[in-house]
Amino acid sequence: MSIAVQFQQVSRHYDSVRAVDDISLDIAEGEFFSMLGPSGSGKTTSLRLIAGFEQPSSGSLRIFGQEAAGLPPNLRAVNTVFQDYALFPHMNVLDNVAYGLMLKGVTKSERHRRAEEMLEMVKLGQYGSRRPSALSGGQRQRVALARALILQPRVLLLDEPLGALDLKLREQMQTELKTLQRQLGITFVFVTHDQGEAMSMSDRVAVFNKGRIEQVAAPQVLYNQPATAFVADFVGAANVFDGELASTLVGHAQSFAVRPERIRPAGQLADDDVVRVPGKLLDIQYLGAVSRYEVEVSGHKVVSMVLPNENGNATAPAEIGAALTLAWPSHAMLPLAG
Amino acid sequence: MMSIALPIPPAAPALGLWQRLGVTLYRHPGLQLGLLLGLPLLWFLVVYIGSLATLLVQSFFTFDDFTMEVSRELTLANYQQLLQPANFDVVLRTLSMASAVTLASAVLAFPLAYYMVRYARGWKKGFFYVAVMLPMWASYIVKVYAWTVLLAKDGIVYWAYQHLGLGGVVDWLMTIPLLGGNSLTTSHLGRFAVFTYIWLPFMILPIQAALERVPLGLMQASSDLGASGAQTFRHVILPLAFPGVVAGSIFTFSLTLGDYIIPQIIGPSGLFIGSMVYTMQGSIGNMPLAAAFTVVPVVIIALYLTGARKLGAFDAL
Repeated sequence: MSIAVQFQQVSRHYDSVRAVDDISLDIAEGEFFSMLGPSGSGKTTSLRLIAGFEQPSSGSLRIFGQEAAGLPPNLRAVNTVFQDYALFPHMNVLDNVAYGLMLKGVTKSERHRRAEEMLEMVKLGQYGSRRPSALSGGQRQRVALARALILQPRVLLLDEPLGALDLKLREQMQTELKTLQRQLGITFVFVTHDQGEAMSMSDRVAVFNKGRIEQVAAPQVLYNQPATAFVADFVGAANVFDGELASTLVGHAQSFAVRPERIRPAGQLADDDVVRVPGKLLDIQYLGAVSRYEVEVSGHKVVSMVLPNENGNATAPAEIGAALTLAWPSHAMLPLAG
Repeated sequence: MMSIALPIPPAAPALGLWQRLGVTLYRHPGLQLGLLLGLPLLWFLVVYIGSLATLLVQSFFTFDDFTMEVSRELTLANYQQLLQPANFDVVLRTLSMASAVTLASAVLAFPLAYYMVRYARGWKKGFFYVAVMLPMWASYIVKVYAWTVLLAKDGIVYWAYQHLGLGGVVDWLMTIPLLGGNSLTTSHLGRFAVFTYIWLPFMILPIQAALERVPLGLMQASSDLGASGAQTFRHVILPLAFPGVVAGSIFTFSLTLGDYIIPQIIGPSGLFIGSMVYTMQGSIGNMPLAAAFTVVPVVIIALYLTGARKLGAFDAL
């Protein structure tokens, strides 16, 4: 499989701020690739570097082998779905979708026919004559998608496209986007700060932090073998024990993380190869299928434990404020590099 | 676990006079609106609309050429007079000047406004705002008279052209009919330059305000979809900023249509609508004809706005 987008030691500085700091990354053709990170981590800047709205301060950025640094956005074979959709308010939906074809000089009847097709594809066939302002957020989202896809880009860039949608619609669009990507077979580069979103849709995820990439891996690998404390904490929930606390609890200074669902009250785990930690139950949060128990250990560290709720009922292993010893299998400890 | 005790607040105190007034207004939104709008609306209806209506009515009154008196007999004679060649020339002269000034102002203002919105940051932005508005703080008459000195044959403009070796170009320009004259001070070109100078800020500010509302994201989306800079300008920036251009052009257009001072001080002889109105009501006392002349710009602007609307200039609003 060929490489669609390649970052080679790419940096983007604003004065003294390193928005993107020496990133190297290969995105394969046909891949659903997510850039995940908190705000200000450099993920959006990286996407904008691919789109051409930003130029690298140093390094090389190649799109299908061609050096892209210095090329304006209109000369790149990528298209973008913007976070706020960026639909043209003075055009109706059909002309918005047909915009890219109009620029290429495609005749009006032909570009309108193809725009209709795209609108059908995103299930908005009836909406061509409306103004974007007359559409809901989810519909605008689809128009933005149709407008970007009509140019048949080999790479589609999506900048937190689902961020403004409510939860139900977001989940529905996640499924649709994934299906669409599989059907079209083109590369999707998807920026999000929502780890659940990145995990559920992506073939691979790059986790960004402070302008650098912490880890690039498939979702399962990120979850089960997080390379750093940041990844462990950001991707799924994790109790991170740094070196000092680790030596107190388990007798070695290697930092590690334990997922909340791997922790049990000590009595529920068999004795062999188990780490036991005494603590005090602080709080219980009922979440429906599961309950989360906040337990204070070693005097100051708050550890989360998640237990399934039998028949939807939380059966607390202890009273709030009472002592509670936690346990987890040693193989549930994820060793962390930094 | 900590336990914190918050003090229990006392029972709600009785409402004061102002608070009760506030409650009354809150319960009667109509009263609130009346207080807010009453006075300004009255002022607007009487002073603005009322005077315009009076003007319109007066334009149908009869003026007796012999007795020099106005009678309330209704007639269309004033409007027929407008169409007489001498008067119609005044309308055409004013109209073409106003169009030229508006066009030039728009062409000059757009790039400047664009720079102010997209590129100027920090102190530069402040500097441009002040620089655009500063000339409006100085007296209009002083500025216009200053131009007569600048444009005079021994003035700095001629001096500069001569030193640049362009004196011949100015002389040649002065020979062109409709542009030229004896010197820049007495030419249409000079008058056009002064008009453009005086009204340009009124074009820059509305365009700047309109461009300020065009999100950067739309330009990026356009270029992302393959548009060159020129295409983005043509298909996105211009249509979205056009209401600002129209607003600015209403200022430059109507201000030029109504001005009577610049035509008297700079440029060749020949009356403008403004100076015609001034003469008609001031020296001659022919209020009805003056009123008819005043209706002309109102009608022209109304036609202009209707046309702009038909062309979709306000679709982006």
